[in-house]
Order: sequence, then structure tokens, then C-alpha cells
Amino acid sequence: MFVLGIEAATPVAAVAVVEDGRVLAERLVNNRRTHSINLLPMIKAVIEDAGLTPPQIQGIAVSSGPGSFTGLRIGLTTAKTLAWLWQVPVVGVSTLEALALPLAPQGQLICPILNARKNEVYASIFRGRAGQPELLKGPLAVSPRQLAEVLAEWEGQVTFLGDGVPVYQQELADLLGARALFTPQTALLPRGAAVAELGYWQLVAGQGRSHLELAAQYIRLSEAEVKLAAKCGK
Amino acid sequence: MGITILGIETSCDETSAAVLEDGITLRSNIVSSQVDVHKKFGGVVPEVASRKHLENVHPVIMEALEQAKVTLKDINAIAVTYGPGLVGALLVGVAAAKAMAYALDIPLIGVNHLEGHIAANFLARPDLEFPLLCLVVSGGHSDLVFMPHRGGYQLLGRTRDDAAGEAFDKVARAMGLGYPGGPLIDQLAREGDAGALKLPRAFLEEGSLDFSFSGLKSAVLNYLNRAEMRQEEVNKADLAASFQQATVEVLVEKTLLAARRTAVKTIMLAGGVAANGGLRSLLQTRALAAGCTVVYPPLHLCTDNAAMIACAGYYKYLRGDFAPLTLNAVPALSLGEEKY
Repeated sequence: MFVLGIEAATPVAAVAVVEDGRVLAERLVNNRRTHSINLLPMIKAVIEDAGLTPPQIQGIAVSSGPGSFTGLRIGLTTAKTLAWLWQVPVVGVSTLEALALPLAPQGQLICPILNARKNEVYASIFRGRAGQPELLKGPLAVSPRQLAEVLAEWEGQVTFLGDGVPVYQQELADLLGARALFTPQTALLPRGAAVAELGYWQLVAGQGRSHLELAAQYIRLSEAEVKLAAKCGK
Repeated sequence: MGITILGIETSCDETSAAVLEDGITLRSNIVSSQVDVHKKFGGVVPEVASRKHLENVHPVIMEALEQAKVTLKDINAIAVTYGPGLVGALLVGVAAAKAMAYALDIPLIGVNHLEGHIAANFLARPDLEFPLLCLVVSGGHSDLVFMPHRGGYQLLGRTRDDAAGEAFDKVARAMGLGYPGGPLIDQLAREGDAGALKLPRAFLEEGSLDFSFSGLKSAVLNYLNRAEMRQEEVNKADLAASFQQATVEVLVEKTLLAARRTAVKTIMLAGGVAANGGLRSLLQTRALAAGCTVVYPPLHLCTDNAAMIACAGYYKYLRGDFAPLTLNAVPALSLGEEKY
């Protein structure tokens, strides 16, 4: 089964095609250009790189959040439209789980963090296990301090990765001391291949959906809604 | 079947898709308005609008195809608004249009939203002869545009501060009328005396074709504040009528000055404020006296819709003016410039 994976939830645009979970082709750019410019030509190219034509794609996986609101919408609109026209199922994959996937076999705590601005990160806490990481908590939108408090529930070292690391590494190291581990740069970025691989397993498990059912997991309300709720609360 | 264009519009708070054949036969025009969603915020919230577009864009496109009784194979090209507008909102339409053009292997056409508003006139009147003049008035724009030929746009004048529609919205909000303000003021103005209040009209420098509505808006707000401090009753109908008259007179005067200067005989109205009854009737009367004719789109095609985008796209299709799959949203796109 050929699955296209699309990752546009952070400043990285990444696209991959997997065959039964095995990577055939992948492209990734982190060049500060908008996904709107990068994404569709990348999809076209990566399908060609894989030696395939669009009718051979049997499912689409897309990183559906949390992440940049605009990035999520570009990724989801693209994935949903292609799923509709190609008449294939689509699945939403957690941006955070896709980040954690390559570290899963270690069996330790894995904590992907994305820069959510406003001194917060989007984070989930996973326990590594063979195949797929086990979700312990999340997704959350929390400050590094709150995250450290949540992590007190479990023992042992925690591996942090994701684009929140360059921003909050020092703060997390101060809060957690020797418990905190940080991956090298190459593992910080979300990968289209991880999205496609997770998507493949979801599709095999029969979790594929119609394009009309898939929604973004923003996990945060818009600023205006937060303000309105506060006003009405008073 | 002739040349069939699917139009997509998501630049502000309407999600819309339309199927248009040969530039004139409108087979469907689905508009999903978010007015009710934004009402409680007192105006359009960009992030909320963008989220709604993502939810609505596919059901709206599918409904447009269904109502038009066409299949995907019948579509010759996808035309989409890529600016000006709210960037997050535009991006949803642009991403959907690009994925469609790629998957169906048909041309992608990038349309300027204002070009779309102007083209709403060509839906009913494809025979209009150039040169033409168009007054584009909406919540975001007050532009005087000269078109020497099809596809050619020269901006003769624009607002230096608030757009006309923006002034309507802000005044309506201050008067406690609600949102969107244009239609509410228009309705109320019918019962009022347009000469009841003396309000300023900004004609700017001698001969200028630019507009300014912030002074007028401030005058209304000051009037309301003063009345409130003195605990005086405000005749809202008179205020609405006087405000509308002041806005419309400036728009009409400058439009006729532009028509004289360019020796154009046909004046088009476009944009949401083109639905304003006061503007339509005054422009009609004055234009007639000046030997010009006025055309405007039917009411439902004045506000944002995809039929007008499909129509503008049709003429670009005929010229072979296609956009690449790298097409991006351009929130401050000017009329006449192409950024792809």
C-alpha cells in the first residue's frame, strides 16, 4: 500500500511516500518560505521520486496538529482535497506523535515540544515501546514550568525534541536537571516519513476517513474567542 | 458544453464556489456566509474566519458542482482569489484550488479579488464596450479604476484612510445598529432626512480622485458622544440618512470627475457598497445628466462570491494567463499587478 505523508504543522514542510510503511521517497525543506509555495510542488515531485503516478496512491496521512494554525490549514486543505479527488481515505496524525516515532524503541520518556509562542509549548508525553510510542499525556499547550510539573508524575530521563528545543532547552535543563536529554539537530525536525508511516498503520487498522470528516486539532482557541469567553465569564 | 470554470473565493468571511460556463451561464454560485459567526465579535476575526473556511471549503465546492450538474471532468480550469484579503483566509482557497488543478491536471488561474468584483458586471453584460470606468466600493476598498481594455487596470484614485464600507460598519456599530453596517444604515436612511445634519465631505485637494472617510466617521462619532453627554435623543434615521448622503455625494462627484477626465461613457459599480440604494440612485441621476450610463451587478453578486471570480478567471483563461502551482496568497495585492 502506497501512502503519501504530508507535514506542514511547523516551519518545516516535509512530504514522503511509503510502501507498507517503508520509505520510498522523502523531501524536506526548512527554508523559511511559506508552505503555500513549497508544498504542492513537493508533493508532485516526491510521488515522481518514488517512481509512482498519483492513481497509485492508496491513502493520505497529514499532520493534523497541534502546530501553526496557518500551517495546519495549508496541510489539511491540500490533503483533504487530494483525498477527495483521488478517492482515497485520509487520516490525521498527531504532529507530536510523528516526532516521537523514531525514538520509540528506547523505552524511555519522550517529550516532543513545539514552539507555541506566548512562552508556551505544544507537548505530549510518550513512553517508548516497540512499534509505536504510548501516549501518557497530551497534547497540551503549557509553559516549560508547567510541563516540568506534569513530568514529575513519572520517573526517569526524558528526551526532548521538536522546534521548541532551541527556544526552551536552557529553561528545561534548569528545571529538570539531569533528567532532561535533548536530541541532535537532525532529530528536532518533524518528518513526512514519520507521518506517512503512522498514517499507514492507521489506515491498515481501518481508521481511514472521508475527507469531509477530517478536522484540524488546534487545541487552542483563537485569541478573539479567549477574550470573548473571558468577557462573558465576568 | 462550453468552457467551464470553477471559481473559489475565501478572501474574507464568505466561503464560496461557483461553476460558470462561457463567462455568462452561471450554473451555480454557493455562498456560505460567516456573518452569524462574526456578529458576536462585532467584526470579522481573521483566525475564526480561516478556521471556518477549512471546515466549509470542501462542502461548498462539492455543492457547487452538484447544483451545476457537472462532474469534475467537465471543469476546464480552477480560478481562485489569491489577494487582496486576509492571508489565513486566502490560503485555504488557494491550497484547495492548487490541489484541484494538480489532481485534475487542468490550468490554475489566480484572480485578484477586486478584478472579481469588477467582473461581476460582465456576468450579465459581457458586451460592455471599453474603455470603462469602475467605482469599486467595499469594506476594504474605495477605488476608482480606469479600464482602457479588457484586463487593463489603472488606479485613478483610492481611499487614504477608511474604505467607504468600513466607515459604514464603524458608524453602524457606534449607533448600536449591529453588523454588518452597510445594509442597516441603507435601510434606516430611507426613513430619515438627509439634510437634517451638516456633516463634512472630504474632497481633498482640487482635482484629487482620492477619498477620505475618517473625518466624516469621526464627525458622526463626536456627534453621538456629544448627544450622549447632553443626554439628548438622537434621531437615528436622520443621522443614517445624513451620513449616507455625505459618503455617497463624495463617491459620486469623484466618479463623475474621473469619467469626464477619461472621456468614459459607461460607469460600472462594484463591491459590497454597490448594493447601497442611496449610491445607486444618486449615481444614476448625476450620470444621466452628464450623458453617461451606469451599470451595476445584481445585488447578490455585489457582495463577495465565487461567480465573479469564475468570470474574471474565464477572461484570463481565454488569454492563457495561468498561475503555477507555487501560487501564494498575496494579502496586499494591487489591482493590475500579478504576483506569480
